[in-house]
Amino acid sequence: MSRRRKIVNAVMLSLTGACTVFVVGVLFVILGYLFWNGTRYLTINFFTKLPVPVGESGGGMANAFVGSAKLLLLAILIGVPFGFLGGVYLAEFGTGVFPSMVRYMTDLLNGVPSIVMGIFAYAVVVAPMGHFSTFAGGLALGVMMVPIALRTTEEFLRSVPQSLREGAMALGASKARTIATVVIPAAIKGILSGMMLDLARVAGETAPLLFTSLGNTFWSPGWNKPTAALPVMIYHYAQSPYEDWHRQAWAAGFVLLALVLVVNVTARQVLARTSHAR
Amino acid sequence: MSAAPTVVPRSRASEFVARLRAGDQLAYTLTVVCAASIFLVTCLLVYELWTGSVLSRHKFGWNFIFSSTWDPAREEYGAVPFMFGTVVTSFVSLLISVPVGLGAAIFLSEMALPSISDTLTFLIELLAAVPSVIYGLLGIFLLVPILESAVVPALKGVLGFLPIFSGPFFGVSLFSASVVLSVMIVPFIISVSREVLMAVPVDQREAALSLGATKWETTWQVVVPHASRGIYGSIFLALARALGETMAVTMVIGNTPRVQASLLAPGDSIASVIANQFTEATSDMYTSALIELGLVLFAITIIINGLARLMILTTGARVAK
Amino acid sequence: MGSTKQEPISASGSVPKPAETIKLSTDKLSFYYGSYRALYDVSLNFYVNRITALIGPSGCGKSTFLRTLNRISETIRHTRIDGSITLDGEDVLQLDVTNLRRRVGMVFQRPNPFPKSIFDNVAYGVRVNGLSRGVPVREVVEKSLRRAALWEEVKDKLHESAGALSGGQQQRLCIARALAVDPEVLLLDEPCSALDPIATAKIEDLLFTLKDDCTIVIVTHNMQQAARVADNTGFFLLGKLIEFDQTEVIFKNPSTKETEDYITGRFG
Repeated sequence: MSRRRKIVNAVMLSLTGACTVFVVGVLFVILGYLFWNGTRYLTINFFTKLPVPVGESGGGMANAFVGSAKLLLLAILIGVPFGFLGGVYLAEFGTGVFPSMVRYMTDLLNGVPSIVMGIFAYAVVVAPMGHFSTFAGGLALGVMMVPIALRTTEEFLRSVPQSLREGAMALGASKARTIATVVIPAAIKGILSGMMLDLARVAGETAPLLFTSLGNTFWSPGWNKPTAALPVMIYHYAQSPYEDWHRQAWAAGFVLLALVLVVNVTARQVLARTSHAR
Repeated sequence: MSAAPTVVPRSRASEFVARLRAGDQLAYTLTVVCAASIFLVTCLLVYELWTGSVLSRHKFGWNFIFSSTWDPAREEYGAVPFMFGTVVTSFVSLLISVPVGLGAAIFLSEMALPSISDTLTFLIELLAAVPSVIYGLLGIFLLVPILESAVVPALKGVLGFLPIFSGPFFGVSLFSASVVLSVMIVPFIISVSREVLMAVPVDQREAALSLGATKWETTWQVVVPHASRGIYGSIFLALARALGETMAVTMVIGNTPRVQASLLAPGDSIASVIANQFTEATSDMYTSALIELGLVLFAITIIINGLARLMILTTGARVAK
Repeated sequence: MGSTKQEPISASGSVPKPAETIKLSTDKLSFYYGSYRALYDVSLNFYVNRITALIGPSGCGKSTFLRTLNRISETIRHTRIDGSITLDGEDVLQLDVTNLRRRVGMVFQRPNPFPKSIFDNVAYGVRVNGLSRGVPVREVVEKSLRRAALWEEVKDKLHESAGALSGGQQQRLCIARALAVDPEVLLLDEPCSALDPIATAKIEDLLFTLKDDCTIVIVTHNMQQAARVADNTGFFLLGKLIEFDQTEVIFKNPSTKETEDYITGRFG
């Protein structure tokens, strides 16, 4: 065989390895850089104090942590029930035109850019109410959670063997009872993991919050006022000209990424161990 | 001695009551309502985009997507600079991420030991979990300085005569946004391409090897073509994501609504300008124009996503029976 | 071409026809999947321009054995070969493997045409090995398709997809594809098991014409096929070569009990 073919073979195969190393390397650079810069600026103040005017020191992002928590709580309250129950419908009752259309719409909704979701929440909540609010932000995030929650639920419910359902119904359980007491428990591990992944994804979203929950330098009691959120703070601080704010942006970035990755990795490990491994 | 029990046909009403008691009816209604809400939300979304943009649509008509003037002071709005920025950054990011992504996918599918391949793929998929704003943060403080100090001077040295690399480079630019985007979309290309490559039947590879082909020749001339539909699908998927990316792009693109020949110049994208200017929109017309931009973006991503799914789903029906 | 050592292998002591040259042979070949031993010291000769059949029940190792001959077994990890394989006197395990595979071709159990046109399928081996210099590819493709008895059926649709052909046609296409690189040995791994009787008969007729140009080894599950087609037959059981002799002898007068039991259907 010609030398040329041997050389081409060796070179091209090595290049593919190089591409892989490069991509994995980028991941480690990202993690390393964030770790290095983020942990340096973690202080107690960062977690417990409100932002202070520029020039003063000792400010923090306490309101952003609380704000993000509230927004995510809202997102779960809105997104999970609709996504879960919708998924139950598609899995247990779902053949025909209407379910197919719902599936198609779900995929469509999933592909909508997050900034457009922000416009949606603005139009539906902020504009009529006349002001920005935590509720609007939570709604935007909640709607974003629905498609993946729905598809995950449907997928895992479908993977429960039909024989389980038949066994319960043969004992006289109604369809609703069967679903609630047999099918869902069988799939719950996968569904919960999927929900966690969904939540992690939404926790990092910034765009839909920019003109719904907006931001706030103070606490935001209740659900009707604009609120600070972690990703939004990172966005604003990073683009500012102030050193102190840059440091806080790094710290916030580190915390956000750590939380998102921990949830992501945990959920995926659990998923990998379910019987419905991809 | 009792007679065999007679079966009394139940009326539809009593059937309904029985179902109601069993909770089935409730379950059905509840879940149908939730499923239908998807419908409702999607329709409402389109409705809001449509009515929210009515002022701008009526004033500019189709001119909106042909005009390159974006001047809030004069209330003149045109989508071209943003469409340009969106398309250019997405396209360039594909130019970077497709070769690298496909190369990595080939390595992970054809070369690496299964356990190593799984571990590396898991790590690469983590890149997709990193929030956009963090990519933006790294873009500003890590990527742009590297581009400024090392990459762009080298690029200009070699290819500076090309118009796309002409002009001064101040860090934030179409090029920087493209590079950040390429990192963000490469995990999608790798993940999907790797799966479709692994699905190519073993006997295809064995047939080529048995004819005396080298491993690379087998991979490039037989395996990759076999999986080509799915690979194209992954590219469309990546494209759809790139088109809609907001935060990372807006933090490094320069936020300048101008069309220019050089990648090194600052620009803007649809998602980016909406993020930047929505809260500063001082008039209803301004807001309406931004919403119309959202409508344009919505339309583009729907089409691309649709094409992507079509390609990935029909991969199974390749080389016949 | 080939060493002229004549080695009687059959346990009965009878000798294959005299003055046969050996094309390919193995000596005490053993094969391991990890720590599992699949072949035990198999020693076997394949004679030039003869058809040799390898028969035996499922899992007896005949396909495993076949796949060592062109070293396609190496594509599976954690496998090991002990013993030697010799092609025209040269140690196969030391040869450049891509060159070996051009000289020793293979046809697989299920037809596996590439997702390309009929023409490009046959031309593939030619092009990739750079054998198309001097001879127009079209001529080579036509010649191979004629040798595989497929030319008449496809000559008007050479540029259509191979996937449009029937199963039997696809398998003949795979044979044509393997023939296009002019192999000295052709290995066939149960080539008719996925085909109907008519397609099977066509391929068996084909093998008779092919043996004039190359040495053929065919693994088959179908004893009648071996009896119809092969000059010599080897019987495998549980990874060992139990008996090897002229086909007539194996089927009419086997020397070991295991062979006889298999032939007469006492186990399958």
